[in-house]
Amino acid sequence: MIPGNGRKPIIKVENLQTRFHTPEGIVYAVNGVDFELGEGETLGVVGESGCGKSVTMLSVLQLIPRPPGEIVSGRAEFHGQDLLHLSNEEIRSVRGAQIGMIFQDPMTSLNPVLTIGKQVSEPLMLHLGMTKKDAADRVIELLELVGIPEAEKRLTQYPHQFSGGMRQRVMIAMALACNPQILIADEPTTALDVTIQAQIIELVKRLRDEIGMSVIWITHDLGVVAGMAQRVIVMYAGYIIEEAPVKELYSNPTHPYTLGLLNSLPRLDRGEQGRLTDIPGLPPLLLEKPVGCPFVPRCVYAHDRCSENPPLMEIAPGHRSACWWDVKEGKARHA
Amino acid sequence: MPDQTNNHKTLLRVEGLVKHFPILAGVFQRQVGVVHAVDGVSFEIRQGETFGLVGESGCGKSTAGRTILQLYRPTAGRVLLYDQDLASMKGETLRRMRQKMQMIFQDPYASLNPRMTIREIVGEPLMVHDVAKDKEIQERVNELLDTVRLNPGFASRYPHEFSGGQRQRIGIARALALQPDFIVCDEPISALDVSIQAQVINLLEDLQAKMGLTYLFIAHDLSMVRHISDRVAVMYLGVLAELAPRDELYEHPLHPYTQALLSAVPVPDPFVEEKRKRIILEGDVPSPVNPPSGCRFRTRCPLADKICAEQMPEWREVVPDHWVACHFVN
Repeated sequence: MIPGNGRKPIIKVENLQTRFHTPEGIVYAVNGVDFELGEGETLGVVGESGCGKSVTMLSVLQLIPRPPGEIVSGRAEFHGQDLLHLSNEEIRSVRGAQIGMIFQDPMTSLNPVLTIGKQVSEPLMLHLGMTKKDAADRVIELLELVGIPEAEKRLTQYPHQFSGGMRQRVMIAMALACNPQILIADEPTTALDVTIQAQIIELVKRLRDEIGMSVIWITHDLGVVAGMAQRVIVMYAGYIIEEAPVKELYSNPTHPYTLGLLNSLPRLDRGEQGRLTDIPGLPPLLLEKPVGCPFVPRCVYAHDRCSENPPLMEIAPGHRSACWWDVKEGKARHA
Repeated sequence: MPDQTNNHKTLLRVEGLVKHFPILAGVFQRQVGVVHAVDGVSFEIRQGETFGLVGESGCGKSTAGRTILQLYRPTAGRVLLYDQDLASMKGETLRRMRQKMQMIFQDPYASLNPRMTIREIVGEPLMVHDVAKDKEIQERVNELLDTVRLNPGFASRYPHEFSGGQRQRIGIARALALQPDFIVCDEPISALDVSIQAQVINLLEDLQAKMGLTYLFIAHDLSMVRHISDRVAVMYLGVLAELAPRDELYEHPLHPYTQALLSAVPVPDPFVEEKRKRIILEGDVPSPVNPPSGCRFRTRCPLADKICAEQMPEWREVVPDHWVACHFVN
């Protein structure tokens, strides 16, 4: 059981470390990440660019180009097998079949020279061994499921004939083609307008509840996560720095970074809010593995102890935070 | 057209602004169509205020900003800065006026020349407009960098050595070089990370307080626009749907598009999100090449009726200072 939510874990990641060997040196992208995803659960993964949120998920699916990428250590348990140590062939039967993915940019994730019908039927023929004809019928069903009008007519069209929102629907149809147990969505609405974003979020929520799949939703938008996740992980500099059930995280944020992020956001639903509280400085470049807490240079609560990197400590059921300072009590935490 | 009450001095007045782009095709580049990017927009911006202009991609908000600054010449309409029509100005007269109006761009990676040092970038407007000489420029650049909280010691570095937020500060320093009165901020924070956005917004607010600047703040982030603006206009497919003081617009939106737009924005609070009702609009924004007849929003509007296809709704002031274009608002 996952503490704080009572769900059975479907995927369990332990001590994941991923690096990239670049001309500038080694980039320490993910530095020891542990998390679980529950059955039927929606997990939000939040952080700014370069925090390691995408690399974490890409590593789990062996989608990191190697080289320059290197998964240094870790396990990712899924139905009794370690995803990180599967052969190319084995992981391919998991990707797109048991685990579906959608990405930020629906413009570049689709092949421009293949019709939509062909692209969506590919996983069906590949993973489920469907015939061309059966696949075509299923594609129409899938396109209707994700709310594409006149699905039959759309089959023979190419990606450029679809709008951004419609392309993202096609991506979702492809991801759902083989009835996956997990959908990993990497910033799927970032390139879309808000009214289209609202359509896509509604769609994923509806499908999640109908199909009963688990969802990992990676985003920098704390608003999107508030409305759809049950549990949230906050990442910074390749570490998980806080993790909690969604309401607990927003009403009782304990890591100074989470606190800073929430305070720096203006609110649509509030009038005069005074000056925004910014987080000074910049996120680290990760060309060196951080010694001590990676947030120290930007942290208003930094003190001596912070030269030692704090582990994720359980501070309430299901609520973990990687900080030596108890912000609420105004004193050091004992661990 | 817009009112003159409340003792607000008008700095900029836009009257019936139209910007069409021709679509050319074939070997002879014949005109085969027109993009109706901005199609008759009127509003005024008051001295010292921040005027927010929001809308989704392709609604014409950036084109409006650029046309106001005469970076694009308007197809029709007038743009009055200090009661002088920029649209009819040319050559040296317009060039002189340009010192008073500047722009901050969206993409801090594309809007700075990678081959120029920061000193050259920030000092260029001073040279082009011939307002300062070598040593003076040097001093002024240092001063400007200091104003935007960048270390003047970095002046001989190149843009690639800076982060996105720092580059945006360089763009702001360049915009301030000629001591303008009016700045168009075109999506100045949308390329930046959340924790950096607040830094840039705070800087823009501080500069406004210190120098009495007037901003046209173009953005799609409705939460940030609520924070920074005094008044907000909502644009859809080349026309204005609604215009009102900030809190009035967010708390009493009248146009069905504004209502749907506001309801679509996620709020970073799970307790609020749980109870919120969303108005989910169907379909996509139509193409500005062939905008719908009558009301531009009617193809996605939950209230649309016969009249909406026949008549373009009148742009009218329904309560003082609150303007809307919809047949169904009383």
